[in-house]
Amino acid sequence: MFDFGVVTSWIHGQLTSVMPEALAIFIECLAIGIGLLLLYVIIAIIMIYMERKVCASFQCRLGPNRVGKWGSLQVFCDVFKMLTKEIITIRHSDKFLYNLAPYIVILASVMAFSCIPINKGMEILDFNVGVLFFIAASSIGVVGILLAGWSSNSKFSLIGAMRSGAQMISYELSIGLSILTVVVLTDTMQFSEIVARQADGWFIFKGHIPAIIAFVIYLIAGNAEVNRGPFDLPEAESELTAGYHTEYSGMHFGLFYVAEFVNLFIVSSIAATIFLGGWMPLHIPGLDGFNQVMDYIPGFVWFFAKAFFVVWLLMWIKWTFPRLRIDQILTLEWKYLVPIGLVNLLLMVIIVVFNLHF
Amino acid sequence: MNITLDLIVFAILALFITVSAILAVTTKRILRAATYLLFVLFGTAGIYFQLNYSFLGAVQLLIYAGGITVLYVFSILLTSSEGDKAEKLKKSRFAAGFAASAAGLAICLFVMLKHQFLPSQFEHGELPVRTVGLALMESGKNGYVLPFEVISILLLACIIGGIMIARKR
Repeated sequence: MFDFGVVTSWIHGQLTSVMPEALAIFIECLAIGIGLLLLYVIIAIIMIYMERKVCASFQCRLGPNRVGKWGSLQVFCDVFKMLTKEIITIRHSDKFLYNLAPYIVILASVMAFSCIPINKGMEILDFNVGVLFFIAASSIGVVGILLAGWSSNSKFSLIGAMRSGAQMISYELSIGLSILTVVVLTDTMQFSEIVARQADGWFIFKGHIPAIIAFVIYLIAGNAEVNRGPFDLPEAESELTAGYHTEYSGMHFGLFYVAEFVNLFIVSSIAATIFLGGWMPLHIPGLDGFNQVMDYIPGFVWFFAKAFFVVWLLMWIKWTFPRLRIDQILTLEWKYLVPIGLVNLLLMVIIVVFNLHF
Repeated sequence: MNITLDLIVFAILALFITVSAILAVTTKRILRAATYLLFVLFGTAGIYFQLNYSFLGAVQLLIYAGGITVLYVFSILLTSSEGDKAEKLKKSRFAAGFAASAAGLAICLFVMLKHQFLPSQFEHGELPVRTVGLALMESGKNGYVLPFEVISILLLACIIGGIMIARKR
């Protein structure tokens, strides 16, 4: 397996040989920050292109196909268009909060994004309470959405924000419960350790029945958490024009848009990390030759393949099912998913205590 | 006194917290006050992370920034209307508030300067999750199981109270 930690420790060694350590750490932090934001933007562009193509094929259309080969430059053009558009200001609104809200959403998204282990030795934030930190970071985004809806001084925005807030706070519970099911199985909360424990089989196979139930709950709750799919009524365009970002224009709208797509990627990659092994190749205990061959494929290829597979699953759900009403969404969460999640957690505890997992 | 990276980061965080805290109490609009409070909580979490106590930092973000602030914003959204501004404070109230905060500052400073701190035994690296979990579930002298249960009773009372208010027919 290619270990990215070799590269980072080499860079650290080179830097500390020519300058004091504090300056070296500062430069490294700066470089990592820039790299993180670049990766964030690239992922966003890939996701938007993928969304348009997948949506098109589900609706028997072609999708973007004029700009560049297969329309591949379309999203870049859209980004430049978005960057050059005017950012309008709303009269009788709280300007400070109105301008601040998109950045809070982006901040939460970037913080959650930096928890994801991409390759061996290539994780940015790797606390030993990583799972807790991830849940904490992703729970901040709702503040930005509520502020955006409030400060826009528009009833569509406010209704959208209230719906979004109610929905996100509710579904965080199911996400937490389903991740906790895996934490019970692994007895660790560190993402790199969770991936390392899957060397002899991914958790969806090792944890069998409760892990599969948790995976399905996670997919449903994750879809709701990022306000997508059948749960996109915070921005239900037929009733609320665009929900909480109705009054935003230019790059401020762009930030919400980008955050939504990268949040979808984050949810999918966490699903890939904790259920499908993250960057860990497919290993079958006993077949050493097969495992050897699988190890030749680098970790980040495995990671991105799995993450985009889950993204594709969520897009499939989005373009297949019609939108739910708000009462149906809350009923689904509080009357079905949370009880099932709690019982599933108990089932996982029983399986771990009696050592029934693989 | 030599200036290290840690010190610079601490100074930035401390300045951020102080400015946000002052803005939170001086602003006239209640939602802005909630937002500045969010910044204060972010800064506090930053200090915990700087001390390498990532468990407390994550809990701070989860409970206070992600939970309490959202609750505040929600209740402000539900109760107050756009353009609500705080009334101008009366002289007497201003004086009382100022006296209370000055007294609080004096007590904190007195305790901090008077207290004989143990020599710092700063261990680098994070606290293992197992230690945190065992301390939370321990019933001995330094255990947290009693506070945990007391808080859960408080929360139960809050939930029942909330239902009683909401179901008023």
